[in-house]
Amino acid sequence: MSEIFRIKSYCHLKSQTFSVNGIIIFSDDAEDFSAFIKNAYKFFKTDYSKFFKMDNLSKLAFLAADVLLKNENLKEEENNIALVFSNKASSLDTDRKHQAAIENDEEYFPSPAVFVYTLPNICLGEISIKHKLYSENSFFIFDRFNAEHLQLYTNSLLRSNKAEKVLCGWVDFDENSYDAFLYLVENEGEIEHNTEEITRLYNTL
Amino acid sequence: MSELKEELKAKIIEQLNLEDVSVKDISDDDALFGDGLALDSIDALELIVMLDKDYGIRLSDPKEGRKIFESVQVMADYIETHRTK
Repeated sequence: MSEIFRIKSYCHLKSQTFSVNGIIIFSDDAEDFSAFIKNAYKFFKTDYSKFFKMDNLSKLAFLAADVLLKNENLKEEENNIALVFSNKASSLDTDRKHQAAIENDEEYFPSPAVFVYTLPNICLGEISIKHKLYSENSFFIFDRFNAEHLQLYTNSLLRSNKAEKVLCGWVDFDENSYDAFLYLVENEGEIEHNTEEITRLYNTL
Repeated sequence: MSELKEELKAKIIEQLNLEDVSVKDISDDDALFGDGLALDSIDALELIVMLDKDYGIRLSDPKEGRKIFESVQVMADYIETHRTK
């Protein structure tokens, strides 16, 4: 028999606002993403010195995940929460910065700190390090938000006991345009984990 | 030399994205790695690129950085001796 899983919590981070479970808990006038995410980081009293070394995609994913996971009373040693993220732009925003640093042979000074973020799944590593997640993680690239794939993959992980919970969703960043929607799936929660509900929540804001 | 040290502190803060750290927070002899500014291995690579780009110093062995990047004072001494631009 197929087990039914639930969405316990979710968050959106876009258009200068940060909402959790449909309620806006932070908004800011800063139109520039760097200023906005810095203000949000300070608002949530996030304490992680490496945050400001991350690229924009990782900052977006990290802060969205951190706000949801900090309510989960996570263990200090290890947590069996899988990560299943997706987006459209991959790491293109950072890829462009790296390309700009290497396109001129006479001024060829690629930045190691930029280069390490030229893969979208690096943001999963940042989240895993902070929250001690040694579990499964995957990052998919789609043309659009794909609730069907996320739901199938997440259910597969939970049914095969690869993870106790799955944090999944969409984190997209390109040229100051950003959109993050993350949700936590497990056995408990008020919202049924199906594609209709996932799509409804994604379009909530 | 004093000007170079101030310049280095500003470059370190900007290029390594050290949030909430100002030039006056870094003493000439503070350890850059370990207990000091707690820089990491990627930061070390950034400093190697900075030496090349801004001062024309190319390190043939990245391990040389361990000694050169001990503190701002040590970095400034090394740059003064080896800079080509």
